[in-house]
Amino acid sequence: MSRRAIRDLWRAGIVLVLVMMVPVMMALPGVVHAGDQISDEQARTLLEGLDASGFEAKGEAVERVAASTASQRERWLQALLEGRLARERRGDHFYIITDDGGREWPIIDAITLEDVGTGSRRTINTITINNTLRTQIEGALAAMSLTAGDVKARLAAARALVGTVDAISVARVEDTLAEEESLAVREQLETALALHRVQQGDVDALETLRGHLDTRVRNTLVPLAEGDGELASEARGVLAGIERKREWHQRVQTLFFGLSAGSILVLAAIGLAITFGVMGVINMAHGELIMLGAYSAWWLQQLLPGQPGLALILAIPFGFLVAAAFGIAIERSVIRFLKGRPLETLLATFGVSLILQQLVRTVFSPLNRAVASPEWLRGSWQVTEALSISYSRLAVLIFCLVVFAALWAVMRFTRLGLEVRAVTQNRDMARAMGVRAARVDMLTFGLGAGVAGLAGVALSQITNVGPNLGQNYIVDSFLVVVFGGVGNLWGTLVAGMTLGVLNQVLQPWVGAVLAKIVVLVGVILFIQKRPQGLFPPRGRVS
Amino acid sequence: MKGFSMGSLALSRPLLVGALLSAGAALGLSDDARAEADSDPIRVGILHSLSGTMAISESTLKDEMLMLIEEQNEHGGLLGRKLEPVVVDPASDWPLFAEQARDLLSGDDRVDVIFGNWTSASRKAVLPVVEELNGLLFYPVQYEGEESSENIFYTGAAPNQQAIPAVEYLREQGVKRWALVGTDYVYPRTTNKILEAWLKDQGVSDDDIMVNYTPFGHSDWQSIVSSIASFGSQGKKTAVISTINGDANVPFYRELANQGISASDIPVMAFSVGEQELTGIDTAPLVGHMAAWNYFMSVDSDANFDFIDSWLAYKDDDSAVTNDPMEAHYIGFNMWLEAVKKAGTPDVDAVKDAIVGVTVPNLSGGGSAMMPNHHITKPVMIGEIQNDGQFSVVWQTPSNIAGDAWSDYLPDSRNLISDWRAPLHCGRLNVSSMTCEDGEPVVSQ
Repeated sequence: MSRRAIRDLWRAGIVLVLVMMVPVMMALPGVVHAGDQISDEQARTLLEGLDASGFEAKGEAVERVAASTASQRERWLQALLEGRLARERRGDHFYIITDDGGREWPIIDAITLEDVGTGSRRTINTITINNTLRTQIEGALAAMSLTAGDVKARLAAARALVGTVDAISVARVEDTLAEEESLAVREQLETALALHRVQQGDVDALETLRGHLDTRVRNTLVPLAEGDGELASEARGVLAGIERKREWHQRVQTLFFGLSAGSILVLAAIGLAITFGVMGVINMAHGELIMLGAYSAWWLQQLLPGQPGLALILAIPFGFLVAAAFGIAIERSVIRFLKGRPLETLLATFGVSLILQQLVRTVFSPLNRAVASPEWLRGSWQVTEALSISYSRLAVLIFCLVVFAALWAVMRFTRLGLEVRAVTQNRDMARAMGVRAARVDMLTFGLGAGVAGLAGVALSQITNVGPNLGQNYIVDSFLVVVFGGVGNLWGTLVAGMTLGVLNQVLQPWVGAVLAKIVVLVGVILFIQKRPQGLFPPRGRVS
Repeated sequence: MKGFSMGSLALSRPLLVGALLSAGAALGLSDDARAEADSDPIRVGILHSLSGTMAISESTLKDEMLMLIEEQNEHGGLLGRKLEPVVVDPASDWPLFAEQARDLLSGDDRVDVIFGNWTSASRKAVLPVVEELNGLLFYPVQYEGEESSENIFYTGAAPNQQAIPAVEYLREQGVKRWALVGTDYVYPRTTNKILEAWLKDQGVSDDDIMVNYTPFGHSDWQSIVSSIASFGSQGKKTAVISTINGDANVPFYRELANQGISASDIPVMAFSVGEQELTGIDTAPLVGHMAAWNYFMSVDSDANFDFIDSWLAYKDDDSAVTNDPMEAHYIGFNMWLEAVKKAGTPDVDAVKDAIVGVTVPNLSGGGSAMMPNHHITKPVMIGEIQNDGQFSVVWQTPSNIAGDAWSDYLPDSRNLISDWRAPLHCGRLNVSSMTCEDGEPVVSQ
């Protein structure tokens, strides 16, 4: 569905008013024409308007600025939008702050645009705006760029017009369409015009809207489809088509949500699939190893300020090593002495998990740490109006598959993998063949822990990095491994994805709390029926 | 070195007692028993989680209390006696809160007052203990109301000091559809019940209200945010009222940003997101989303600037933030100081009587008063998130609002008030029947 639709709707009104105002302003005698520079006095009056008390007065001032011919008007509005337009505390100079990091900000004069040194909270007062005003300024800036501006700005302005064209502005929109070259912008303008014509009773214009996914098209057609007559019945047909198409897109979207949620489950569980699934060690500190991976991503970002992307990429090997080191330490110091005593292992590793949590609380503080997302992981890919895929989720999904493939290859093709399989299948026989079982245990546990660290690095892009991070995933991880079939990597993959999709499909229906319960009950019933999980281990297991 | 300073400390004790004795004599209070009691410090219990899930919010309040006590001691303590903090760690475990409250309130080293708790669940656990052992508890967090205890002072906001004004503000901004989204526990459920009743009173239809609850620490918001987006794209201005608690906020806001929902599309008004919670988030995509509180760090007042300066100095961290529950403790602590001074003793019953009506400066430049229902008066503010992680105040009530223990919008509590002054002395007074629903009917004299 169109997330921008609502914003556009609110912006559109303002765009429209401003678009309409341009010819009016031009026709008015005494108003300076474009190209004429306004005097400093006029500029100051406009800026003083923006500094009015009360957001309504400021709103009116924004309209005046947008309708003026001041050459600086775009910079003013942009600065106001970003909270960088300021006034001298004692005096009446206006400034634009060019960089608001730190305590002393470099400023330029808002009228002459000349560099005038620095200012701070003590000397200058930034002009505040609220949400309504922000929407209005964005609309005004969009209107300025409908005819000027680059393709992106024109597209945004054209989008804002959909659903708001009326008898007064229609001619102007048609003119704009005639001069527009970009296909995407033309499409938006055509939709806007078609919607207007349909509202005027033009049945043919409905053709343009057939299958259009913009929610504003739907919202405009709904009232038209009520009643009799050719237009209403045609509109009903178009609406039904739109709804069908939207439904399909939403199903795809839900599937993606499910796979993305599943990929997180798989990432969290796959390390456990090694330590618990293959080695049979119940490691309650698995979640904390994930947490350590996430903290190492944060720590690297602290070491490399300003390069969150590079830090994140370096965090992949680093997080692996940190978590693996902790894992090996846990294996050497605790688990190895409790071999074959699962209950004691459970309690001991639970203790380790509490120690690790409190350690992080003491060393890094109990507060969450902010891990920045690099530019290329922000935002989403708008496939269609009703289908968008966020980059960070997509990246985690791909990362999950890569980790899975790598791990599978390690288990299948390397000497370590061979020894691991040998030791788990028949420990005594493997030792008799010269495999150093204790060393293999250590390395396997380290590998599982390292993969947990990788999960942590990925999770730092999705959720909180704090001491409790691991606790949220430990139960789900065990659930996935048990459901998938202990000792089977493929089982973990399929189980994680299945549970993710199930959860996301159920959530809109029954709510998040009940969805969790339903999934849990479902898994319990399934395990009753098939105790070995989705993919029971084949062949002889000793 | 250590031995020496210990020695000097021991030396200063008798001096202090001497000074106290002479002060007592000057006031005409040279009573032997009092002089003996006066040699002891006044003990202040701090009952905030320092480990477990709630440590993220509560450990800051512990530090704040230590700072306030230290400052007060530098200014000569209270009634000429030193204040001594007693810090315990209830570890985010609600029954442990009750146990440790019992420890603090019984035995020889009983504390005179407790500052503590964050979650409603922990407060509900502690309530019977402080009532049984007649303690004093100052509770600093906004909560769902529908409670009044003789022994608890609610310095955070009641729903009428936060939720209702915030929703009124959004209605003025033209919002017609409401998504009430919260964590699944007592505070969001009660608050949403009050808000739903209020909205329906204002003529909002059922179709225009969406309610959604998620478990604690919920981290996968994809489908919920997506359903909010489709709820909000039906052509009417929509807002989200968020009572999402704690950690779950970060992934929620991240998902909003990922799905491209900005504050101009569907603004979010949050009741549990403050400066502290925003330190974990990149706020650039959140600019314009709102929060309703009684205090923001960005408030322009000298009291606030001084408080921030001493907090940053105490934490030795330029990026430390202050938030609303910290202001609540600041107010609560100063009210308690005033009440003890007024009563002339830290004795619980005397302080309980003395504190009603006490007015102290708050951090937004005005004053807050303790009401007979053990709630306080404060201004309500709406702040919009800025890209530096701070809030800019866009609206503020013209005067203070008094906290209401029993909501006027719920049928069950519409007729209830609370008044702990003599002669009423009742936490659940039904004004239509004039009976005290705590038990015995009110004697009308």
